Amino acid sequence: MAKKICVTYSDHLEDPPRELDMEAAWNASKQWVTFQHFTFLKRMYVTQLNRSLRQQIKPKSEPVASPFLEKSSSSQAKTEVYEMKPFAPSTLSLPRKPNETELIELESASIIEGSVDVGKETKDEKQWKEMKLHVDDLPGILARLSKIKLTALVVSTTSAGFALAPGPFDLSCFLLTSVGTGLASCAANSINQFFEVPFDSNMNRTKNRPLVRGQISPLLAVTFAACCAVPGVALLTWGVNPLTGALGLFNIFLYTCCYTPLKRVSIANTWVGAVVGAIPPVMGWTAATGSLDAGAFLLGGILYSWQFPHFNALSWGLREDYSRGGYCMMSVTHPAPALGVTTWTFPVIALPINLYISYLGFRFYRDADRKSSRKLFFCSLWHLPLLLLLMLTCKRRGADRDSGEPQS
Amino acid sequence: MAQSDWGLRQQWVKSCHDWIGPPDKHSNLRPVHFHVPEDESAAEQKLRELRQETQEWNQQFWANQNVTFRKEKEEFIHSRLKAKGLGLRTESGQKATLNAEEMADFYKEFLSKNFQKHMHYNRDWYKRNFAITFFMGRVALERVWNKLRPKQKTSS
Repeated sequence: MAKKICVTYSDHLEDPPRELDMEAAWNASKQWVTFQHFTFLKRMYVTQLNRSLRQQIKPKSEPVASPFLEKSSSSQAKTEVYEMKPFAPSTLSLPRKPNETELIELESASIIEGSVDVGKETKDEKQWKEMKLHVDDLPGILARLSKIKLTALVVSTTSAGFALAPGPFDLSCFLLTSVGTGLASCAANSINQFFEVPFDSNMNRTKNRPLVRGQISPLLAVTFAACCAVPGVALLTWGVNPLTGALGLFNIFLYTCCYTPLKRVSIANTWVGAVVGAIPPVMGWTAATGSLDAGAFLLGGILYSWQFPHFNALSWGLREDYSRGGYCMMSVTHPAPALGVTTWTFPVIALPINLYISYLGFRFYRDADRKSSRKLFFCSLWHLPLLLLLMLTCKRRGADRDSGEPQS
Repeated sequence: MAQSDWGLRQQWVKSCHDWIGPPDKHSNLRPVHFHVPEDESAAEQKLRELRQETQEWNQQFWANQNVTFRKEKEEFIHSRLKAKGLGLRTESGQKATLNAEEMADFYKEFLSKNFQKHMHYNRDWYKRNFAITFFMGRVALERVWNKLRPKQKTSS
């Protein structure tokens, strides 16, 4: 039989009997209680200390009205019954290291990341916290500030560009390019978050970012960005070649000063964003060859085209948040008719990819040498998964529409 | 630690840091309680006041924005349901909703209606954000300078 635990307290609060709650938590851990108000409280949670998981009991937090907000009802006794749930440690997994085959998931991981963090943060949601930076927390905070998973994806596209480029593979150059690009990406992502704090607060996907939660000050975020940008671009310019350095710097500028503000002004931001995504593989190519040739542009073209279905699939589910937050996205301004999109975008976007592999196939046929065969081989590794990805993203949109989205 | 009002204020008095609270239910922004140090300099005071004022300004904008959005969304749903001749509740007693395609019209309309408002807000937000960060930098440098200066005096 389920036991009901009732706690009464008045608005002008005194601490509720804590001992009762603690005991109840342990004794009644298997018993469910219902709750009347919206408040949801966790009794126990797993905290992460020095990267190891340890279980701790923390006394339950009270839902406290902010001292700043008007008290809507003066001392009124409220009866609340609290719901208790066992906390699954698996929801607090450390961010996985992405590998090549998980490229698709990395971007959507940012959506999932929001919901995983919610489990951890629901308890924190009700608390006031001291804005004191703990050195232990800093790596995690900076990782989230620099969108480390997205950075890893960007670096992998750069590596792909480097590998696909003609010429012998130079390991030291490869490493310098990867590190330099990674640093540049960290810098750009940090500045992006610095600009977008109130908007991020209002969107479910981004509301747990470090600046939004006050885990780091804007000054520190900007300083961190500078500490990444300067060595990153310097490494690319002097460690690799000036062309790659210039592209890196240009991409930082494009992302932070064009794409980010443009998101709130015009749907043209999507095209700019697609260029931002296409530049890293081009940088990989220029790092290996030292010049911008047809191959670089073709590779950039492929990734440019890829950005559209990738982004449109992502933004479809976020239309309400975009509309409320004032973001100009095509999914809001040009909601496509029911069947139109899935049928015509796929062949259009797949076309440059098919053109490229056809081009390489022709070169191989003509040259029939090791160089062209190598290029064709590497392209074929990409070609099929890329096409499958495109089909998947196009199909998902159609499926969403058919089933009809549940409205909140 | 349970946070009653009294307990919280106690903590604020003892602490020498700012405190950040849970997201406001209307604006989704987290309020910050700014700590006023006893030896607050003019620059620090200016920074704190700017941050306080920006917080209030932001709170007002977003609370208004979100409340308006929800209200207009409800009105839109009601009017569309009425036009279709449907009630506000389905047979099972659940709240009736519109599908994604119908809601798309609302989202588009809301975005374009509020475009100018957003433009002004964006401009002001960027200005404030830069100003706050600049002053933070100034205060930080000032603090470092003050820490170094007494040492110079004792050594000379």
